[in-house]
Amino acid sequence: MRILVCVKRVPAVGSRINVTEDGQQVDTAHLGFTTSPHEECAVEEAAQIVEGLDGDGHAVVVLTLGPEASTEQLRYAASVGGSEFALVIADGGLDWDPQRTAAAITAAVRELEAAGGQFDLILFGNESADGGNFQVGIRVAHSLGRPIVNGIKGIDPHERGFTARRETDAGYEVYELRAPCALGVKEGINLPRYPTMKGRLASRKAQIQVLDGADDADAGGQSRVRLHRPPERASTTVQLGDSAAAAPAVVDLLDELGVL
Amino acid sequence: MLVDHDRGAPSPGALEALTAARSLAGKLGTRVEAVLLGDRALFDMHGEELSAVSAAYGAVAVHRGRHEFLADYGPDAWGAALAAFVDTAAPDAVVAAGTDRGAEAMAQLAARCDLPLVANCVDVSPNRTQADASSGAATGGTWHISRIQWGGSLLEDVTLTSTLPLLTIAPHSIEAEPCDGAPASAAVVDFEPDLGPEVQQTLVRDRVTLAEGITLSTAPVVVSGGRGVGSADGFAPLEELAELLGGRVGCSRAVTNNGWRSHADQVGQTGTRIAPEIYIACGISGAIQHWVGAMGSKNILAINIDPEANMVTKAGYAVIADLHEVVPAICDEIRRRRDRPG
Ligand SMILES: Cc1cc2nc3c(=O)[nH]c(=O)nc-3n(C[C@H](O)[C@H](O)[C@H](O)COP(=O)(O)OP(=O)(O)OC[C@H]3O[C@@H](n4cnc5c(N)ncnc54)[C@H](O)[C@@H]3O)c2cc1C
Ligand SMILES: Nc1ncnc2c1ncn2[C@@H]1O[C@H](COP(=O)(O)O)[C@@H](O)[C@H]1O
Repeated sequence: MRILVCVKRVPAVGSRINVTEDGQQVDTAHLGFTTSPHEECAVEEAAQIVEGLDGDGHAVVVLTLGPEASTEQLRYAASVGGSEFALVIADGGLDWDPQRTAAAITAAVRELEAAGGQFDLILFGNESADGGNFQVGIRVAHSLGRPIVNGIKGIDPHERGFTARRETDAGYEVYELRAPCALGVKEGINLPRYPTMKGRLASRKAQIQVLDGADDADAGGQSRVRLHRPPERASTTVQLGDSAAAAPAVVDLLDELGVL
Repeated sequence: MLVDHDRGAPSPGALEALTAARSLAGKLGTRVEAVLLGDRALFDMHGEELSAVSAAYGAVAVHRGRHEFLADYGPDAWGAALAAFVDTAAPDAVVAAGTDRGAEAMAQLAARCDLPLVANCVDVSPNRTQADASSGAATGGTWHISRIQWGGSLLEDVTLTSTLPLLTIAPHSIEAEPCDGAPASAAVVDFEPDLGPEVQQTLVRDRVTLAEGITLSTAPVVVSGGRGVGSADGFAPLEELAELLGGRVGCSRAVTNNGWRSHADQVGQTGTRIAPEIYIACGISGAIQHWVGAMGSKNILAINIDPEANMVTKAGYAVIADLHEVVPAICDEIRRRRDRPG
C-alpha cells in the first residue's frame, strides 16, 4: 500500500502571537517550528496502517509545500515512520492562498504518482494550524477525482478501501470509502510516537525529493492584507489566596455563581 | 445560506450564520434565502420546523433540495446539491456556518465551482452597497473580509476577488438572534438536484452513539488539569471536584500528549471549545492554543504555583498554590457545607 501524507510547517507559538511590522506574517524571530498537529497524527496513522500490513513494498510518502526550511518537518516525519519525502518550494516565504496551495499540491501528487504509482490513500489534516482554511485537502481530492471525508478520528483499512469514523457530539458517524481515496484527520485519532534512536538515524539519512508543482499554480481569489491580534479582553485577576486556606473563598465564589 | 443540520436538527452555528447572513444581506441590499438538504421522509418529519427556524432567523425563502441520496449527510451529496442549486439560483453570495458540515460542504462547493472560499469570517464588507444594488450594478469585484486564523488567536484581513463570494462564518463569533417583529414565515420552494451515483461514496453509512448526558462543550462547570497535575492518577481529585459540581473534567494538550487522558477531554484549538459558567484551570500555563478553547467561559479560576502564568493573568480569579493541596481542600469544603444540617 502507498499512502501520501500532506503536512505543513508552522511556527510553534507560545502565550501570544506576534506579527511582523508589515503585518504579512507571524514574527518567528524567537520561535521554533513544528508540524501542524492534525497532520502529525496523520503521519502516525499512516505509519500504523502500513505497519499493520503483511509483506513489504509499502510506503508512507510525506509531502510538504513551503520554504526550503520545511525539510525540518520532513526529517521529523522520517524519524516517526515516514519512508519517502517530497518538498514543493513555495517562493517568497509567505503563506500561499488555499487555491494556489491546492493547485501546487495536486501537481506534485500527479508527479509522484507518475513516478511511483497511485496512492491508495492520501491523508490531510482537518485544517492547517495557522491558516485554518478547511479546504486544501478537499480541493486536491476533487482535482484528482477521489472521494474525501474530513474530521476523521478512526481509520480501518480493508480489502477494497477504508472504514473511517468521524466524531460527533453524541458518538461517531461511519463512512466507507473505496480506494483510491483521501481523508482529513483530526488530532486524537492516535497518540503520535516520539522519535526513537533508530528513527533519528533514518531522519539523518532521509532523501528529500524537490518537486516543481509550484510553477503553474496561480494565485487564487483570496489575498492577505494584514494579520493582527484581536482586541484582548481587559482583565484584572482577583486573587483568592495563596494556599489551601483559599478553599472557603473558592466555594463562596462557586456559590455566588450558582454552580454549587 | 446553507442551513446545516443533522437529520433535521439545525446546528447552533447555522443560526449564528443566518444572523450574520442577515446583516450581510442588509449591506448588499438583498435578502437571505435558506437552502436545506434532505429527502422526502426528512422533510415530512422536520420540514416545517426547519423552515420556521430559518424564517425566524431571517430567511425570506426556503429552498428544499430533495433527493434520496440526501436522506443523510454526505460531503459529496451536499456539495453536488449546492453546486446544482447555485447554478440555477444565481445568488449574490453563498454563506454557511464554519461547523464540521458547513465548512466541509462549502469546500466541496468551492472545489466543484473552482471558486475561492473564505473560511471562518468574522466581518464581511461587500464592495456592492445598497446604492449600487438599486442602480443595478453587478456583484463581484473585491470584498474586504476579516477572518480568524490559529483558531481565533489571530485575525487576517483579506480581499476576496470572485464572481461569486463563498464564505463560512466563524462559530461563536456572533450571537444567534432571531429577527424581531411579527412571526415570520418563508416561501418554501422545492428543487430536485441531479445527483450522480458517485456521491454515495461518502454518505454516512452507520452511526454509533456513545456518551449520553453532558458533554465538555455543554458542561456548566469544567475542571481542567495541565502538566502541573503530574500524572494520570493526579486527576482523581479533579474528577471528584467535577463530580461534586455536576461538571466535566478537561485537560491541556500536554496531558493528552503524555497519555494521561484521552483527547476527547482536551480543551483548545485542536480540542474542544468550552463555554461553562466557570472554568477551573489547574496547573495549566495558558498557551494561546489552550486559551482559544477556554476563552468562551463566563468565569475562569486559575490554580497555579506561578503568579505570572498566562492563565493566571488572564483569569478573573486565581489561587496561587499547589493544586494538589488546593483541589482536595475545595472538595472537603464543599462536602462540609453540604453535610451541615439545615
Ligand atoms: C498548533 C498547535 C495547537 C495546539 N492545540 C492545543 C490545544 O488544543 N489545547 C492545548 O491545551 N494545547 C494546545 N497546544 C499546546 C500548547 O501550545 C501548550 O504546549 C500546552 O497547552 C501546554 O500545556 P500545559 O499548560 O498543561 O503545560 P505547561 O505549559 O507546561 O504548564 C504547566 C503549568 O502548571 C503549573 N504547575 C506546575 N506544577 C504545579 C502545581 N503543583 N500546582 C499548580 N500549578 C502547577 C506551572 O506553573 C505551569 O503554569 C497546541 C500547540 C500547537 C503548536
Ligand atoms: N503548505 C502545505 N503543505 C502541505 N500540506 C498542506 C499545506 N497547506 C495545507 N495542507 C494540507 O491541507 C490541509 C488543510 O489545510 P487548510 O485548508 O489550510 O486548512 C492541512 O491539514 C494539510 O494536510
